[in-house]
Amino acid sequence: MTVEKLYDAAGFKTISKGDGKKEVKAIFCCDMLSIAMSKAPASGCWITVVSNMNTLAVATLTDVSCVVIAGGVAVGEDMKAKAETEGIALFTCEEPAFETALIVHDLMNA
Amino acid sequence: MSEVKLSYTISGDDFTRAGEASGDVKSKLKVLGVAPDIVRKVSIALYEGEINMVIHAHGGTIDVTISEKEITMVLADHGPGIENVELAMQAGYSTASENVRALGFGAGMGLPNMKKYSDDMNIETRIGEGTTVTMKVFLQ
Repeated sequence: MTVEKLYDAAGFKTISKGDGKKEVKAIFCCDMLSIAMSKAPASGCWITVVSNMNTLAVATLTDVSCVVIAGGVAVGEDMKAKAETEGIALFTCEEPAFETALIVHDLMNA
Repeated sequence: MSEVKLSYTISGDDFTRAGEASGDVKSKLKVLGVAPDIVRKVSIALYEGEINMVIHAHGGTIDVTISEKEITMVLADHGPGIENVELAMQAGYSTASENVRALGFGAGMGLPNMKKYSDDMNIETRIGEGTTVTMKVFLQ
């Protein structure tokens, strides 16, 4: 699956498009940044409720394909701007992390 | 490849910029053609060190030297020092404040990750004076 499939996924809102052609090869849920830093798989879809600039720093360093802020947590304007500048695909989803992961999982296996 | 030196000043308590130095090192290593697994190790180790300096030490300096043989990272700060290094090295141990935890930090994996993802790590710390962490990742 490529990132662009998430642009119009049910329940998803696109905050920053990033590179829509990037492959999503895995799903990863984690809210502790140090653990995400060492465990997030490259080309993964990282689902978290941590919505701040540091989330984007970890996303860049781990080469995940996209980030989904789950649980209806909002994304600030500064974070949106940074994601756009860095070319990071960033989404929000109203569903909690597990349900969000299921949506991505279903799309990956569709 | 001749030696490449990179230097950064890390401002303290500025969480919005934390990780920029590590990000810059990562992109330079990629340009230099360093293998992806090495880039990953350096990125993780350096990011944790950078965050530690922001959380605990009011910032500091990072000097990175890339030679043919190894990547050396020296992180120096004038923070409070580490009271009990052995305890700080334990996975899960953290002295991070509630505010910092709310940002997603404070898992107690900073120093353990630095140790795990570097090939050699040395900590020099003095209470009230500061801490210098030297990490090496070998290229050969």
